[in-house]
Amino acid sequence: MEALAKIVAKATEVAVDPAAAKNEAAAASAGYAYGLAAIGPGIGIGYLVGKAVEAMARQPEAAGMVRTTMFLGIAFTEALALIGFVVFILLKFA
Amino acid sequence: MIALEFPPINAILRWQDVAPSFNKIAIVAVLATIIGCTIFTLAARADARRAPRGARNLAETSVEFIENGVIMQTMGRDGLGWTPFLLTLFLFIYLCNVPGIIPFFQMPATARMAIPAALALMVWVVYNGAGIKHQGFGGYFKSVLFPPGVPKALYVLVTPIEFISAIIVRPFSLAVRLFANMLAGHILLVTFALLSESLFQAKDKILIPFGVLPMFMLIFLTGFEVLVAFLQAYIFTILTAVYIGGAVHPEH
Repeated sequence: MEALAKIVAKATEVAVDPAAAKNEAAAASAGYAYGLAAIGPGIGIGYLVGKAVEAMARQPEAAGMVRTTMFLGIAFTEALALIGFVVFILLKFA
Repeated sequence: MIALEFPPINAILRWQDVAPSFNKIAIVAVLATIIGCTIFTLAARADARRAPRGARNLAETSVEFIENGVIMQTMGRDGLGWTPFLLTLFLFIYLCNVPGIIPFFQMPATARMAIPAALALMVWVVYNGAGIKHQGFGGYFKSVLFPPGVPKALYVLVTPIEFISAIIVRPFSLAVRLFANMLAGHILLVTFALLSESLFQAKDKILIPFGVLPMFMLIFLTGFEVLVAFLQAYIFTILTAVYIGGAVHPEH
């Protein structure tokens, strides 16, 4: 009887609540989701703005057009990072 | 150490209802509409022969900005008829974004998915409608799904990609971009405000002076949010202009 009680105690001790485990895994992966999603767009936007500044310095009269195109490019590149952020929010809170 | 409790997401995004199903976000959206309408009604009443002042000055500047900064850069002279639509869109989004940094509001109305999603759906209907009106139903979908200058065999690959990118991803990314930017800014401000608050009220007296550091960050980020509020309204408007321009005048 004593041995049985020991086994039961052991079993309840090891058993993990699956919902809690899922929450834990989601919270841990939420950080990775945002961090990994930020790498590519970070490089991309840096490259894009650098090239746009180069173009504006070479041809100041085309600055307006370059700036508009630069913002468009940033908007498209940034969308990837933002989707990563939304996934982070969903994993963390939803 | 300090007891830093981040509130659950509902506490910072869902506000108490003021009236049944009418909360702070609804107030911000209604106020944005009223303020926008008031500015342009006052501007229309002003004497056009004198030099513009006050509301008229603001209205003229914003019309000029939309015409020269958005339409002429993307659609050219033919697109000037779209000024009222794009101006309304820009002004509404901007006035919804700015309350994110105004004390006592402290909540951009666009940080909830409802308003960006509704705006993006409207833009989707408008640019598809404009394309169908100008090129006919068959012509519009032919120019979208079968872009010219592509070898025939590649259409197997290109058509599904074009369909997904032009019909599905565009409104989705338009809405998510605005929503996620404003939400990220809001959460950032909440985080630093909470951090400085809990440092100022720390039991350990030695921690209290460090509360100044997140305070400075909060001030800096508030300034940054001024820029983001404008930039997101501008990007939403300019992307709308690009989509409408592409639907009305397909590349040959």
